[in-house]
Amino acid sequence: MTRYIIRRLFQAIPLLLIISAILFLLINAMGDPLASFGGRRRIRSEDRARLTRQLGLDKPLPMQYLIWLVGNDWMEIDIDGDGVPDEKGTRQGILRGDWGNSFMEKRPVSKIIAERLPNTLILMLTSEVVILVFSLLIGIYSALRQYSLLDHTVTALSFIGYSMPIFWLALMMMFIFAVHFKRWGLPYFPTVGMYDLSVGETISQVIWHMVLPVATMSIMSIAGYSRYIRGSMLEVISQDYIRTAQAKGLSERMILLGHVLKNAALPLVTIVGMDLPILLGGAVVTESIFAWPGMGRLFWDAAKDTDIPILMGVLMLISFAVVIFQIITDITYTFFDPRIRYE
Amino acid sequence: MKDKPMAVAERTLEGAVVAAERPPLSPGQLAWRRFRRHKMAMFGGLLLLLIFLYVILGSLIYSEEYANRNDLPIKLSPPSRDHPFGTDGTGRDILARTIYGGQISVTIGIFAVVISVTVGVLVGSIAGYYGGVIDSILMRFTEAMFNIPQLFLLIVLAKALSGKIPTFEILGRSLSGSVIVVIGVIGLTSWMYLARIVRANYLSLKEQEFVTAARSIGAPNPRIIFRHILPNSVAPIVVSATLGVASAILNEAYVSFLGLGVQPPTATWGNMLEQAYHHLETEPWMWIFPGLLILLTVLAINFLGDGLRDALDPRAII
Repeated sequence: MTRYIIRRLFQAIPLLLIISAILFLLINAMGDPLASFGGRRRIRSEDRARLTRQLGLDKPLPMQYLIWLVGNDWMEIDIDGDGVPDEKGTRQGILRGDWGNSFMEKRPVSKIIAERLPNTLILMLTSEVVILVFSLLIGIYSALRQYSLLDHTVTALSFIGYSMPIFWLALMMMFIFAVHFKRWGLPYFPTVGMYDLSVGETISQVIWHMVLPVATMSIMSIAGYSRYIRGSMLEVISQDYIRTAQAKGLSERMILLGHVLKNAALPLVTIVGMDLPILLGGAVVTESIFAWPGMGRLFWDAAKDTDIPILMGVLMLISFAVVIFQIITDITYTFFDPRIRYE
Repeated sequence: MKDKPMAVAERTLEGAVVAAERPPLSPGQLAWRRFRRHKMAMFGGLLLLLIFLYVILGSLIYSEEYANRNDLPIKLSPPSRDHPFGTDGTGRDILARTIYGGQISVTIGIFAVVISVTVGVLVGSIAGYYGGVIDSILMRFTEAMFNIPQLFLLIVLAKALSGKIPTFEILGRSLSGSVIVVIGVIGLTSWMYLARIVRANYLSLKEQEFVTAARSIGAPNPRIIFRHILPNSVAPIVVSATLGVASAILNEAYVSFLGLGVQPPTATWGNMLEQAYHHLETEPWMWIFPGLLILLTVLAINFLGDGLRDALDPRAII
């Protein structure tokens, strides 16, 4: 098992290198990062030339990628363009833990991401818990009461949830629970940000502001997940070992929790493993709509300014999470199902 | 070889006498019969037909010039007799725009899938058939693309390609070049899943006798790949392409909502929603109708794809 894990981790290294190369190529094609540099002011051409050299944007793309990867402290930079090197490079490269500096904010990318990550994690983990609790309840119920009214309703809802643009669902939620609740004099939910500026960042404020984004992100997944759970529960219930368990006189509760659910959870592990890293992207759209200061919004703001170091940082973090979660998912399998062995 | 299970299915279904008298059904007929019995799929097909009628017949009533005409004095007016869905921020009629927007959105969905299926089948079949180094290289690349969440790829590519293609004329309509960009961007970010399915399919199919037979009579590799093996993996491709149209329409909406999609005045369901956020409270008709049409279309295609999946599954009996 240990050897398997080590082998998988080693396989992940070339994969991440390929991903980073593809991303670097695509992100550098997004446009001129200096275009929005001076804000409203136009930057003079000599400033532009100096900035280009300072940021290393004058070098060929493969060289820029190499610098992003291993840094430039082994080379001299010619900032004023007279052909004579002026100073030594200071970047260390992502392999040595230096994510580079944001073009727009001129601060280390790792710091900026570290500020945003907790906000996204709160949103994402809460959503995942809500999704799991509700979809397990609904999935188990509709498997045990197959073809009941609730069963049919959930089937229909899961298709609708799956077919809706998430931002449209978000707009609907805002329209009903914020706009109309306010009109009807009911307690209404806030739609923007993490907390009221006048109150400050208290726990109750954050929870209150989380309701709508979490509901938006959860509703679609709950419908889909509960379908999966229902399907795999029905498959497991018809297995021989369930009849054996009934024959030896186990209580229904024991059978359900110890035998059915544990086996039915297997497909769920895969989906959660696949969805978690995507939620980490903060569902760019959800965070943008609710003005939630997380990673998704950070990415979107950086995309508008072509802030290459931030875009690379966010996307590599997410891709890294995707790759790692795949490995964790495969390992979790062996825990739920000892029949699966990796050598 | 395939007749036996079908004959059994016939008998269990309608009694031995009928089955004995009727010739066995072809796989196509059998699939159609299974499809017809799939209530949700038939509902999806009907719904889709209605939507097609809406966007095609609608364009006979309203001209595109009318759909794109600004009429500032009546901007942001709520639904009325003259404008059943209301008007938008520059006074354009929303009903007419949902008709022409629908044509573009569905076109984008279909052509994006043509691209993604072409790339997916090419990559998957070549990797699966040849194996070895070619397989390793292609699949590493596929896996790398697959591991970057699609929405991020969409945003990056859409921004990289935006404004690169000028406005062009086709069938007497002038279309913004961004339509092509959006089609390409969606197509090029959604082929990875299909490539993996096709590859897996080819891995097992290439070991079968009919491939050996084809090779022994000297058929060249491309012919074996596309004429002998491809027809055998058509079922998963059709299902994935159908569902792909649905997700392409959704992706168009996401890209447009973020302002990177098709540029006005050409309408799409997606870019009609771009300003939705600013009109959330006071002009809900501006975003409810296009969103509803996206929902219904995607829902219909998903039902259809689900039915196709069941109908084309040769193991399913009914």
